[in-house]
Amino acid sequence: MKTFFGKSSLQIKDAHSEAARFRLRAIAGFLLIAALLTTLGARFAWLQINRHQEFSARSDQNRISVRRVAPTRGLIFDRNGVLLADNTAAFRLEVVPEQVKERDLKHMLDELAGVIALSDDDIEHFNALRRSKHAFESIPLRFKLSEDEIARFSIERWRFPGVDVVPYLTRSYPRGEEFAHLIGYVGRIDEADAEKLDAARYAGTTHIGKTGIERSYEDVLHGEPGYVLEEVNVDKRPLQEIKRVPPTPGKNLYLSVDARMQRAAIDAFEGRAGAAVALDPRNGEVLAMVCVPSFDPNLFVNGIGKVDYSTLLNAPDRPLLNRAIAGGYTPGSTVKPYVALGGLELGLRRPSDTVLSTGEFFIPGQARGYRDDKRGGHGRVDLVQAISQSVNTYFYSLALDMGIDRFSGWMSKFGFGKPTGIDLIGESSGVLPSREWKRGRMNQAFYPGETVIAGIGQGYWVITPIQLAQAVSILAARGVRHKPHLVRAIQDGLNAPATPVALPAPEPNIMRNIDNWTPVQQGMIAVVNGGGTASGLGKDFPYVIAGKTGTAERFSRTDEEWTSISTAPIERHEVLFEAFAPADDARVAVIVALEAGRSGAHDAAPIVRKVLDTWLKDDDVRTAGGPSP
Amino acid sequence: MTRNLLLRLQLWALRALRRPYYDLPLLGALLLLAACGLVTLYSASDLDRHLVLNQAARFLLGGVLMLAIARIPPQVLRNWTPFLYAASLLLLLAVAVLGQGRGANRWLNLGIMRFQPSELVKLTLPMMVAWYLHARDLPPRWGTLAAVAVLIGAPALLIAKQPDLGTALLVVASGVFAVFLAGLAWWRIGLIVGAAAGGAPLAWHFMHEYQRNRLRMFLDPESDPLGNGWHIIQSEIAVGSGGILGKGWHHGTQSRLEFLPEHTTDFVFAVFSEEWGLLGVAALLLLYLFIVGRGLMIAANARDTYSRLLAGAISMAFFVYVMVNGGMITGLLPVVGVPLPLISYGGTSAVSLLAGFGVLMSIHAHRRLLPR
Repeated sequence: MKTFFGKSSLQIKDAHSEAARFRLRAIAGFLLIAALLTTLGARFAWLQINRHQEFSARSDQNRISVRRVAPTRGLIFDRNGVLLADNTAAFRLEVVPEQVKERDLKHMLDELAGVIALSDDDIEHFNALRRSKHAFESIPLRFKLSEDEIARFSIERWRFPGVDVVPYLTRSYPRGEEFAHLIGYVGRIDEADAEKLDAARYAGTTHIGKTGIERSYEDVLHGEPGYVLEEVNVDKRPLQEIKRVPPTPGKNLYLSVDARMQRAAIDAFEGRAGAAVALDPRNGEVLAMVCVPSFDPNLFVNGIGKVDYSTLLNAPDRPLLNRAIAGGYTPGSTVKPYVALGGLELGLRRPSDTVLSTGEFFIPGQARGYRDDKRGGHGRVDLVQAISQSVNTYFYSLALDMGIDRFSGWMSKFGFGKPTGIDLIGESSGVLPSREWKRGRMNQAFYPGETVIAGIGQGYWVITPIQLAQAVSILAARGVRHKPHLVRAIQDGLNAPATPVALPAPEPNIMRNIDNWTPVQQGMIAVVNGGGTASGLGKDFPYVIAGKTGTAERFSRTDEEWTSISTAPIERHEVLFEAFAPADDARVAVIVALEAGRSGAHDAAPIVRKVLDTWLKDDDVRTAGGPSP
Repeated sequence: MTRNLLLRLQLWALRALRRPYYDLPLLGALLLLAACGLVTLYSASDLDRHLVLNQAARFLLGGVLMLAIARIPPQVLRNWTPFLYAASLLLLLAVAVLGQGRGANRWLNLGIMRFQPSELVKLTLPMMVAWYLHARDLPPRWGTLAAVAVLIGAPALLIAKQPDLGTALLVVASGVFAVFLAGLAWWRIGLIVGAAAGGAPLAWHFMHEYQRNRLRMFLDPESDPLGNGWHIIQSEIAVGSGGILGKGWHHGTQSRLEFLPEHTTDFVFAVFSEEWGLLGVAALLLLYLFIVGRGLMIAANARDTYSRLLAGAISMAFFVYVMVNGGMITGLLPVVGVPLPLISYGGTSAVSLLAGFGVLMSIHAHRRLLPR
């Protein structure tokens, strides 16, 4: 009938009806197509009318990128406007990977190393950054180029397309070691920092305060970032700038510290390990805060090398430790004035009450003896003599009479055993011996013998230099505490006036009877001026100095043999001195703690005197109206 | 060279005006479309003159081919049909064995130029189906349908295997339209559609992973905004952000900033929509509808069954391009690589499309000369 290839043998087709049928089908097909195209048109209309705003916004989101511009970090000055933390212009080497010849980075780096020294750290850091950036972005390779290096690179520059010398601002600390612990330093933002930070605020920032003031006042110093709106393509390559909002620089800080006092204190240490703190008892301003040994904070700004860091970290004298707020010292006899004041305040002693010092003190019913410093004792002494001669027996018996609860309750009013709240991060609490502390730490009862030695600042006692400075300031201010603080004023731009930082409301006096203060003051005056332990220290000083020595045993005594101080090896004692001046109307309080020395009077007191001498030079400036010598 | 070409064009135009060999409305619409395509491409390629000239050269080649084919009487085409079909099948087989191309084996290297046999099939298949049907009793019955299914299926499978789902779809569509226009009973159509729906899971089984991913993305583009869903999302953003009036020529940020993938080829419609807005889209869709309608009109006026079916199938298949491409860039249909006819950059599809219109014009031109 029909063959597949070839015409039908029975072609009796009705051409007319076929054409008519085709017409109908063509019309049906056209209508179908028109309907479907209308559907398509409706879809377009829905996207372009109903959802136009949404897609418009998303299109803008696509094409506009926000690039944050990091603000300039605020500067830090001392109280007299001496610059302590600066932003200095420096030059670094930057590489745009996609512009590097034949994109052979490795070869380029090898060649470049022949012109400018590149450490493994540099290359490692560069490679890490490169992985997280686009090929058209400039990536820093070497920071802080020297002039010599810049000159050498300029000659060879034609060999290195895509490599360029770029200026930038870097943090620098012109006073170096002097303020390393106080100012601290900034360092590159690491992963741990990045987790805590407000990503938008720090988007363009490379460095953040790691320690010291730089860390405590990070929020103030950082400033607010600006931004640039740019049109970008799908690879985020910026094509044109749409809008630019400049960043707001960080605020400048004026510290209460006097750079000259700081310098003088450091010089006076002559390299011996320890710390010194000078406060203004009238307001809690820190005038000097010194840690020896120290380190160069500039090393940390652009990443300290691994070798340098481990050297600093493992040095036996621990230069990285901020001794002033985190160093633990045994206060020794420096606590005696506070204990004496406690005896008066608690009504356990009158100023005229005397105690017989025989060279050894016994708790009733116990065989163990607690020694005086002087063989055979000091004889019968009253409060003033007990302080000036540092008579242990007086304080053994007083502490025993107080009992540990009243003792620690009273001493805590001077801020022992808890952070002072100074505006620095990393402060230690120290240890104020108490029943609670011992139970919490060792789950043991407190024994009377421990109370006795607590009375002379031995035993469980641990203080930080800032705590002792605060205590002597409270005493100097006749019982009024001012929280120690470092930042005195904040300035919004160098041309703006510096706004003083609001001080907390003065705290209530810790003393009930203000008259009790005088005998203690007299005792401390006698230490310096009345043939006491530090006599001669006030020589040629225009004001009366009140002070107290402290000589604490660094190692527990293993034998029962009495040893005189003068024959003791120097390393055996932590030596301290606390002082305030003028004795009647204190404007400065200083403490010095040395980790090794013969005695507080011999080693620590002279440092205090040198700090006071420097303080004196500017006293009239600090005190409006001027002093009357 | 260019002057020479221009002179020739002028000559053709004059002849066309003197003797109505060429359907002027159709020719005019195609010229308008091609011009629109070049303007859009110039913007989409970010003012790449070279690319636009390339495309113009292809239009020229396609135009010459179109006018040449228009001079061949449909009878001659009909007589050649089985051989053309067989030849294109052989070429497809050759591609399957020797072919080369990125990702998909679609190309045959002929030394001087590369050639995509599947484009040829777009024309020879509807010719073959029309050739086969014109000798059968119409409307077709199951037996005829089965034979047609084999005629359609063989090249379609070869093309789908390449894999080029878009072209396979277009090829199948042109064959199916021929059967539809031949008057296939509605109840049979219903049955076939029902069976196809039932067989869809089977099709899923035979799909390539990337084809499946495209389907998945089509169903939920936002689930993978940076991966496969990216194309659809960016395309919708381009279209939607165009609004009613559009962003203006060469002001479409989505394409200029390269957020739109394939913005000169498969996604050029999104560029057009972004820059010309809903008004431009409506005008373009109307132009397409006009071309399809004009094609169907030519088909209806053709004097024999072969010409009718062929002209109708080519016209309706032309619509499929528009529908699939437009559906794709608006997220209405899955991403299938079908160009927007005469707008998308790409030579072979433009040439094969214009060749198809050449057949239409031949049918139009010879409508009165054919014996009864």
